[in-house]
Amino acid sequence: MSARHDRLRKLAAVAAGFDALRWRRDFPVLWQRVHGKPLVYLDNAATSQKPQVVIDAISGYYRKLNSNVHRGVHHLSELATEAFEGAREKARHFIHAATVREIVFVRGATEAINLVAQSYGRSRFKAGDEIILSEMEHHSNIVPWQLLCEQTGAVLRVIPITDAGELEPGACEKLFTSRTRFLALAHVSNALGTINPVKDMIACAHEHNVPVLLDGAQAVPHLPVDVHELGCDFYAFSGHKMFGPTGIGVLYGREALLQDMPPWQGGGDMIRVVRFDKTFYNDLPYKFEAGTPDIAGAIGLGAAVDYLEHIGMPAIEAYERQLLAYGTEQLQRVKGLKLVGTAREKAGVLSFSVDGIHPHDLGTIVDREGVAIRTGHHCAMPVMERFHVPATARASLAFYNTREDLDALVRAVGKAHQVFL
Amino acid sequence: MDLKDLYQDVIVDHNRSPRNFRRIADASRTLEGFNPLCGDKLTLYLKLDGDRISDLSFEGSGCAISVASASLMTERVKGKTVREAEHLFDRMHDLLTRDNVNADLEPLGKLAVLSGVREYPSRVKCATLCWHTLKNVLEHPGNPPVSTE
Ligand SMILES: Cc1ncc(COP(=O)(O)O)c(C=O)c1O
Repeated sequence: MSARHDRLRKLAAVAAGFDALRWRRDFPVLWQRVHGKPLVYLDNAATSQKPQVVIDAISGYYRKLNSNVHRGVHHLSELATEAFEGAREKARHFIHAATVREIVFVRGATEAINLVAQSYGRSRFKAGDEIILSEMEHHSNIVPWQLLCEQTGAVLRVIPITDAGELEPGACEKLFTSRTRFLALAHVSNALGTINPVKDMIACAHEHNVPVLLDGAQAVPHLPVDVHELGCDFYAFSGHKMFGPTGIGVLYGREALLQDMPPWQGGGDMIRVVRFDKTFYNDLPYKFEAGTPDIAGAIGLGAAVDYLEHIGMPAIEAYERQLLAYGTEQLQRVKGLKLVGTAREKAGVLSFSVDGIHPHDLGTIVDREGVAIRTGHHCAMPVMERFHVPATARASLAFYNTREDLDALVRAVGKAHQVFL
Repeated sequence: MDLKDLYQDVIVDHNRSPRNFRRIADASRTLEGFNPLCGDKLTLYLKLDGDRISDLSFEGSGCAISVASASLMTERVKGKTVREAEHLFDRMHDLLTRDNVNADLEPLGKLAVLSGVREYPSRVKCATLCWHTLKNVLEHPGNPPVSTE
């Protein structure tokens, strides 16, 4: 308890010096007005905005370097390859992977999870094998496993969540059996904001010799992530939720595991020698990168990493924690408002419903006030079912948001009350 | 465009106290409609007397636009023939999806209050869900649920 207290005190001290408005100026999209009101962007969990340095890195690549990677001896191709591989090194550093061989570029978290299911799972799992997930997963960490189950006869086991939106305590021990082959878990929930106790879960899984994939899509924009310290076997995330471009993401995999996994797509770049009688696959990570990659996207992601490291993830975490606490407090004062997801450890997300006002109406009305939030099931239908709501409204934060943004949200919800009075 | 053009008093009223919001125990046909994007769900109950829709009701949950639209629809369609209902569907469809509605709104009567929805492209499906469900149940009595996504 006092260790937690100590940590909170330190975080508060860091947060105090954080100048969100200074960083906000780096995001051109945020300078505009919507319906005549200053844009208040609170839909960061869907996708985050891009700072000028990321936009410049992408356009700079197309203006000065554009060329295919890994296959030319000409000057531009060498420069493009260098920039592309430089981005891989940045991504490695960002999550503290041991080597760039563990960093596979993919389209995003969704593709990363599908890759693991199809390459790792399909080559190993048999009928009756069990895959553990949680009730709070994004559809992208459910459906790839369901497809795998259809292909192999494996079955899903689901860790239930509590009314607060936390993993049911002790569920881990209860669910693991001798048939358990895999645990796939959100690091941070996109619908509830819960930060899962992933270290404990990983320890529990590893005691049973079960590898763990963490879906880090909603963690990387908010928290420092160290895959080495976490001890996870796979980690998936998307560039576009961490201020980089769409179309690029990363699958981290422990080298020994990736080494043993078969390729999942065939094509150029992933091979060493192709003959009609036998093909030899390329080394890691290229074995998993068939075809021309999203070169500009990777370079943009690298620029986003540089930018985040310049600000400092610990500072971002500290600042957002205070902002989330402020938002929670303000929203709880709103008449008829109920927060969905009240875990003790949360990041970035305020999901809520308002008595007598459907989330969809709420979304439209606050949009007219310039406030962008998401309404719906947030690609987590099992979570909606668990909380007996058809949908929620969700405000999701980034480090460029301020208390004033949350005040604007509260005022906008007040407008919705007026419409339906 | 003002919010009040979307959430007109009639709509707010029909959302608060939806008409024909009940089950018809001896319905000739029932059908579920679902909009997965926002979670709107409705079940339509329809009673046919020959070619005439002698009773029409609904249950479910949804946003104000979808509830009000369903409520207004049941009020309007009850007592009409199948052909008349299908004709109304076409009119509503034009009203909600066409950029240029030159047709006069007169025949739509109260249903015209939904015209504001056109300015909110993400909300058009909320207003059309009940109508698509109705059309479906009229055309294909044995169909699976309608989904507007
Ligand atoms: C928790 C979580 N996992 C996975 C994803 C999928 O990410 P993407 O659509 O970028 O592949 C998302 C995005 O919404 C998410 O929030």
